[in-house]
Amino acid sequence: MALLTCRDLSLGYDGREIVSGLNFEINSGDYLCIVGENGSGKSTLMKTILGLETPLGGEIVFGDGLKQTEIGYLPQQTLVQRDFPASVREIVLSGCSGRAGLRPFYSRDDKRRAAENMERMDISDLASRCYRELSGGQQQRVLLARALCATGKMLLLDEPVSGLDPRVTAEMYNLIRSLNRDDGITVIMISHDVDEAISYATRVLHIGKDVFFGTREEYLGSEAGFLYGKGSDSHGGDA
Amino acid sequence: MAAMLDKLVRYFSLPGVQRAFPAGVLIALCSSLLGVTLVLKRFSFIGDGLSHVAFGAMAIATVLKLSNNIPLVLAITIICAILLLRTGQNARIKGDAAVAMISVGALAMGYLIMNLAPKSSIRTGTLASDVCTTLFGSTSILTLTRTDVILCAVLSLVVVAAFVVFYNKIFSVTFDESFAKATGTRTGLYNLIISVIVAVIIVLAMNLVGSLLISALIIFPALSAMRVFKSFRSVTVCSAVLSVICAVIGLLVSILAGTPVGSTIVAADIVAFAGFSAAGAIIRGIKK
Repeated sequence: MALLTCRDLSLGYDGREIVSGLNFEINSGDYLCIVGENGSGKSTLMKTILGLETPLGGEIVFGDGLKQTEIGYLPQQTLVQRDFPASVREIVLSGCSGRAGLRPFYSRDDKRRAAENMERMDISDLASRCYRELSGGQQQRVLLARALCATGKMLLLDEPVSGLDPRVTAEMYNLIRSLNRDDGITVIMISHDVDEAISYATRVLHIGKDVFFGTREEYLGSEAGFLYGKGSDSHGGDA
Repeated sequence: MAAMLDKLVRYFSLPGVQRAFPAGVLIALCSSLLGVTLVLKRFSFIGDGLSHVAFGAMAIATVLKLSNNIPLVLAITIICAILLLRTGQNARIKGDAAVAMISVGALAMGYLIMNLAPKSSIRTGTLASDVCTTLFGSTSILTLTRTDVILCAVLSLVVVAAFVVFYNKIFSVTFDESFAKATGTRTGLYNLIISVIVAVIIVLAMNLVGSLLISALIIFPALSAMRVFKSFRSVTVCSAVLSVICAVIGLLVSILAGTPVGSTIVAADIVAFAGFSAAGAIIRGIKK
């Protein structure tokens, strides 16, 4: 059974439909890249998968023992976080908040988990630093470590490289790929940086006027992929 | 100096002052706890709005000649806090507009009710002075009854206990509500708890500084601490300590100089904020 299946899903908010007829499934170990123009419903799809929005129609089915709350989420940064006084350790640990349930304090196990994920993201030396003083790339690593505290199975990344410089962007993509390949974590990533993002993905979901779902190779050969990404041969020619 | 000490000793032999001190310290302690959350969640206005609601409720309690008006004020304020939080999330009227509407409405109705009331029901002297006491807290903390003080102390301890128990959840919900919700934290429940705690704090703080100055008591210590400290825990601890120190200084100065308690405490908070801002700037300068 697939980890996550969307059947005839239609999305929107305040009763206004943005996208309809979404059908796709994600298997364990997939690396799905969701692309599409601004306003095409990428973020709404992500929020719906996370349970933050309810679908207007259709259904999302979780399989393989995955619960909706076991998805690690890397949101776009909010204004609140930009001047939030918090240490890296506090933020990473807050990833365990959901699993703690009604238990008010973090257990030794939660703390160990946070420490491991900081190690994994190579930010252990930043543990007592203040989040708002870190560079953009470091901040993303902190939020990724937090997301890993909430999941061992699936990560949802919303524009993980926006605002990062090219070198840090490449590092970020490599980090995500190694989580996918080496740790077997299923990745769903939203991006509008199509060429770059797709080169790492195994599957692509394009939403907009034409909905496309298939492997990367199929996408690059398809009309939607051709029009939007201009194929993989003409890298960066039309940015 | 000796004269000042003499004056203090004389004042501290009065039961009213003896009661006011511990109550003031406890109220100052718990009012500072949620400061960071309110500032960062852009809830500062809700605190302000609720304080006006509390004023309106106080007016009703005065007119009804209740012997103890805290329970009624508390109930009304908690209900409004929950309503405001709800509307903030999904209403046609935008959150801040709703807050403005409720707060100004409550202020106007409160004053109207106080004016309509038969003059005999007004506790102290003229109407104007009574309204002024409720708004600015003049000397009310020094005139609290024994029951009021015990109630304040108990409520303060409940607030502190609730804050400690929900500390980690409050952090999660404040830092990133969507992440918390997506990963299974019951954000609705914790937002509700936060708003109830805020309502309780506001009713408590009204006794110390009056309803117009409550926001200052809640926000200043947190903002000061944020200038210097870097982690949520150190900011929280620092703002609590700072708030208590400012309250003690404010109370002492107001006794010695005969100034109104509420505004003296807020003045101490402002001085502390200036000090912390300078300290923060110096620390940043050294790092560079």
